[in-house]
Amino acid sequence: MSAINLVRIALRALQRNKLRAFLTMLGIIIGVAAVIAMVAIGEGSKESIQSQLSAMGSNMITILPSSNVSGGVRIEGASFQSLTIVDVKAIQKNAEHVSAVSPVSSTKGQAIYGALNWPTSLQGVAPSYFDIRKLEVADGVSFTDADVATAAKVCVLGKTVINNLFPSGESPVGKVIRLNSIPLQVIGTLVPKGQSSFGQDQDDIILTPYTTVQKRILATIYFQSIYASAVSEGTSAQATDEITEILRETHRLRPGDENNFQVRTMEELIKTLSSTSSLLTVLLTAIAGISLVIGGIGIMNIMYVSVTERTREIGLRMSVGARGVDILLQFLVEAIIISVTGGIIGVILGVTTAQVITLTLGWPTIVSESSIVLSFMVCALTGVFFGYYPAQAASRLDPIEALRYE
Amino acid sequence: MNSKILELQQIKREFIMGTETVRALKGVSFDVHAGEFVTIMGSSGSGKTTLLNLLGCLDKPTAGNYLLDGVDVGNLSRNELARLRNRKIGFVFQAYNLLPRTSALENVELPLFYNPSLSASERKDKAVKALEAVKLADRLDHTPSQLSGGQQQRVAIARALVNQPVMILADEATGNLDTRTSYEIMSLMQDLNKEGKTIVFVTHEPDIAAFSNRTVMLRDGKVVKDTVNENVRSAKEALESLPPADDY
Ligand SMILES: Nc1ncnc2c1ncn2[C@@H]1O[C@H](COP(=O)(O)OP(=O)(O)OP(=O)(O)O)[C@@H](O)[C@H]1O
Ligand SMILES: [Mg+2]
Repeated sequence: MSAINLVRIALRALQRNKLRAFLTMLGIIIGVAAVIAMVAIGEGSKESIQSQLSAMGSNMITILPSSNVSGGVRIEGASFQSLTIVDVKAIQKNAEHVSAVSPVSSTKGQAIYGALNWPTSLQGVAPSYFDIRKLEVADGVSFTDADVATAAKVCVLGKTVINNLFPSGESPVGKVIRLNSIPLQVIGTLVPKGQSSFGQDQDDIILTPYTTVQKRILATIYFQSIYASAVSEGTSAQATDEITEILRETHRLRPGDENNFQVRTMEELIKTLSSTSSLLTVLLTAIAGISLVIGGIGIMNIMYVSVTERTREIGLRMSVGARGVDILLQFLVEAIIISVTGGIIGVILGVTTAQVITLTLGWPTIVSESSIVLSFMVCALTGVFFGYYPAQAASRLDPIEALRYE
Repeated sequence: MNSKILELQQIKREFIMGTETVRALKGVSFDVHAGEFVTIMGSSGSGKTTLLNLLGCLDKPTAGNYLLDGVDVGNLSRNELARLRNRKIGFVFQAYNLLPRTSALENVELPLFYNPSLSASERKDKAVKALEAVKLADRLDHTPSQLSGGQQQRVAIARALVNQPVMILADEATGNLDTRTSYEIMSLMQDLNKEGKTIVFVTHEPDIAAFSNRTVMLRDGKVVKDTVNENVRSAKEALESLPPADDY
């Protein structure tokens, strides 16, 4: 039979059963669209986490005190005290691959200005911290090494703190706020950074010289952490090795002793986080995959029913001269038309859904080609297989048996 | 002209229903010559439809040989049988078997779709001519549900004629028609027979059998009588002798 005849017969048969053809298609459309939209959400969030982290400075290195075995008892990291100014100075002096280093000594406190107060975090840092964390001063100035030397009572405010202490919009620069009863003069404000990818408000912060926190508030010589910058992204591994070596020396660790600190690069953090968001993608894809399977079962069911229901038609066609192969091809072409049309509509719907989600909910989405190809193939093949298989069974009947089918 | 077109040799057809075996045909033998107009008669359940299905290559005998044009049908492949049904045989089913939700024209066109040598316009021409022959030219676009039983019967006949087969097999083709329309159909059959087509016509009305030139009687799956009809009635004359159609 000619191809044109075949397509014409198939189209007429579909026309006769528009609703059924549409319902079959619907299963395919929903399955394909769901997979594409879900995967787009997963991929989008992964991508946005990665780009946010890179914006934080991809050559950043964090040094944290860590629990090592101390008399057989493991002590929690944060309470372990091992980082001092000696470490900072040693890194500054000896690490060739490190361009900047700053200690961090932080505390929580109630910031007070006039009648207003706001609970926030006070971070004692060195001036180089601004470079390392890519922080910028919006108004006023930042503090200097001289301020660090004198443990000056000056500070730089983040946007959230300003909003809460100076709601009328007046400039905070030059004003004096109090924190844990220490008066601090505001000398600058920070350019807002917004929420971090962990959902933390990066603007809810007061920066001050680390000596001010250490001497005037906490009365300690230890730091919570040390931040450093590798000369470039490519040298962060060497920088890590250098820092480890230097700190082992300053901490007087003997060969074989466990480190009592951790050195982490941003790269590692990015990797950890992207693996978490990859998990999210896998999860979403799994959900979408399940909907695809359910859609596939729907397709199977409708295709199967539509073919068995048409066994009489098959018998009639055979009795007027259709060969088995004519019947098979007819149903195959019908199944292909339904599956491919449904698949195309599904792709369009999936891509549109992803865009609508981005526009209305603001979630980042990335439509991946592999999800389009995969979902399209699965649905189309399910449709074709389950249209073909029962048709093949029917085409093997004798015409009179097929005609007698009820 | 006098060659055997159909040869039946000890044809048996049994249906196995669980543990029981229904013996619908118990050894039927007869020949049909090209150009004959044969009616097969018999009471309900005597095996007429079963026999006609075998003649139409729609079904296979349990035992015995069936030769069509000298060829043993039992040795043909499924595809060869399909081609035979498409080109040589026009079959009218007792239950019409029209495609639902499909216009009369498309129903009649159906066999032509499986004949690749025809173009779309030839297909339509032939289908319209066949429908004109059964006086349904004004119902081309009607679907079976919009047609009366008799009209559906005539669409089924048009479908059997459309491929210009050499042999027409009709199962109770006048079963649902009034006398006048039955005679019209029989007149059509006689015309086709005069053109040289072989016709096997199943009926249980002796009235209809009178229009054929031979009658085979079946009873209980066996041939009980095979008579040649010496004075064939002309369906056209019978039509004229009917009282003129009243406008009731
Ligand atoms: N597919 C089948 N399975 C079982 N028995 C069948 C089958 N087809 C026909 N029979 C049996 O074969 C016998 C002959 O049936 P057939 O349909 O040939 O009768 P018929 O002469 O055409 O009757 P009618 O005048 O009522 O149409 C019946 O007893 C019937 O029950
Ligand atoms: Mg019958």
